[in-house]
Amino acid sequence: MALDRWIALIFLGICLAYGYTAWFNMDGGLAPFMKRNPIWPSTFPKLLSLLGIVTSLIILFGLEKHEQEMGEIDYRRLLDYKIGQAIGLLVLMGLYALTLKSLGFLLSTASFLIMGAYILGERKWIVMILIGAITSFCVWYLVSEILNIYMRPWPRGFGLWN
Amino acid sequence: MLEGLLIGLQTALSIKMLIVVIGGCLIGTFIGMLPGLGPMSIIAIMIPVAISMGDPAAALILLAGVYYGAIFGGSTSSILLNAPGVAGTVATSFDGYPMTQQGKAGKALTIAAIASFCGGTFSAILLMIFAPMLSSVALLFHSAEYFALMIVGLSAIAAFAGKGQVAKAILMTTIGLIMATVGEGALFNMPRFTMGIMDLQSGFGFITLAMAMFALPEALFLVLLPKTVGGSGNGAIKDLRISRSEARSIAPVIFRQSIQGFFIGVLPGAGATIASFLGYAVERNIAPKEEQKQFGKGSIKGLAAPETANNAACTGSFVPLLTLGIPGSGTTAILLGALIALNVSPGPRLMIDEPQIFWSVIISMYIGNLVLLVLNLPLIPYIAKVLSVPRNYLIPFIMFFTLMGAYIGQNNATELLLLVGFGVCATALKFANYPLAPLLIGFILGGMIEDNFSRSMQLYDGVAFIWERPMTLGLLMIAALLIVLPTWNSHRAQKNRPGKADGD
Repeated sequence: MALDRWIALIFLGICLAYGYTAWFNMDGGLAPFMKRNPIWPSTFPKLLSLLGIVTSLIILFGLEKHEQEMGEIDYRRLLDYKIGQAIGLLVLMGLYALTLKSLGFLLSTASFLIMGAYILGERKWIVMILIGAITSFCVWYLVSEILNIYMRPWPRGFGLWN
Repeated sequence: MLEGLLIGLQTALSIKMLIVVIGGCLIGTFIGMLPGLGPMSIIAIMIPVAISMGDPAAALILLAGVYYGAIFGGSTSSILLNAPGVAGTVATSFDGYPMTQQGKAGKALTIAAIASFCGGTFSAILLMIFAPMLSSVALLFHSAEYFALMIVGLSAIAAFAGKGQVAKAILMTTIGLIMATVGEGALFNMPRFTMGIMDLQSGFGFITLAMAMFALPEALFLVLLPKTVGGSGNGAIKDLRISRSEARSIAPVIFRQSIQGFFIGVLPGAGATIASFLGYAVERNIAPKEEQKQFGKGSIKGLAAPETANNAACTGSFVPLLTLGIPGSGTTAILLGALIALNVSPGPRLMIDEPQIFWSVIISMYIGNLVLLVLNLPLIPYIAKVLSVPRNYLIPFIMFFTLMGAYIGQNNATELLLLVGFGVCATALKFANYPLAPLLIGFILGGMIEDNFSRSMQLYDGVAFIWERPMTLGLLMIAALLIVLPTWNSHRAQKNRPGKADGD
């Protein structure tokens, strides 16, 4: 089964779960006076779930004829591409999200930029560290001092900021 | 009118106001270029500055300048990085980014600048003529028509984004609409589909989703396929000029889209985003057969259409704000908030009571557009230097700005994890050739569609509004046609293809 049908199957599952909630679970807690309303909170979701189920079934069973077209990347040969670097960067982004608050903006951003370049194969450490440090400071200065959006610059308990 | 115009000229041409316009446009362009910071957030950030100036005319001029600048800056990042930070410039990336990939980034930016300028200027003239009259037209539209109009917009998007796979596009639109129902809606005041997760109470963040749908998959594709980085290879922006024949071919597009974009912008709820998508769809459909194939692969018409339309719609969206006091879009809603804070209540009486505000804003639109053209055209080669950054540094930077865009808007690190998760899903969808734009547009329009649908259901006590209002019925029929026609066409093309047995 081609990838687009697998995805249609997943969407079908999502729409079924969504539809189940809309059709059977949502109206129970509705206040009596609301029930006389022509529109309930579940009305629009009910329509959407039907539309979603029908269209995902159309794709799943291949009812709409179209020319088989390959995207920019052939996913069946995914391992031939630089998949390791891509996964590495995704993990790095996750780590950045988790450490942004605790490490502070400057340290986490600088290390994100340095590690990102490292994963992509850069080894000029001095350039990497300089760019990371300068960028994170400039962005912090712009956002925090000029635009007045507070971002904790240093780790918690560093003494200078709380 | 002439008297008001002169008062406006007098106010807007003072040195102070000129500095304000230029400053606003520059700030808007530079911040708008960063993917993820759209006009809404930039204007919200600039409100304290505007209010501290104390002069309502200056404040409104500053914010309008920022608005135009942000839209222009957003199209720059759409063209160069395929990372539209603003929903209104998503359509710009359809043809702008392919041009960059072919090494024609300079030309693309020039066309964008000229199209924006013409769109903005034409529509400012229209605003001057129609603002007094248009209030009555916009009043004719009830929620039933708004609902139908949005359905038309969505079907048009699904019909052209699907490239012959309309079912996929409709499914993506539906998923976008479904995602828009998550969280607490204003109409019912109860959380829906949050699965008990507190962070979902306020729904998914628009910027997070936009970043995840466009910027992140693009960055990941750059990683997976190293050869595509930078498009032209060396990243040098040459060939800024457009030839006379190119100018001649986009001139009618710009003319049509200025008018169409302006009128779409006037309708509340249908702002720059719908204008740009509809503009793209219309121009694609009326283009000759051989040019139609170019759309999506770097057509100059496909670039000029949304660029003109979104700027014209920005101007158009000032009409309901200034004449009725009703904001037509998120951005004008923020402007309305700023005006109220400055003790000005926009509405039909604004033109009579405070003509210097009304007219100086209109005059400053001309000046703002001129500033954008004069400042940005010569700056384009420098702006485009972004492309000559080595890949090893550029990709982490794109990812960083993607993350920052989602973070600054919400100040919530959980949002970043959501962004990464959605980004992975979007990449998988891109592998399988699912169009991503319909999902985002469905998501943006979802809340408004449901509000208008609910309001008309309540007014007519059921779905009777569909057949009792001829305009609604007509619009919905157009929407159905938009869906059925391309499906039917591709069905027939499939049937008539050589090597395939005919049905009969």
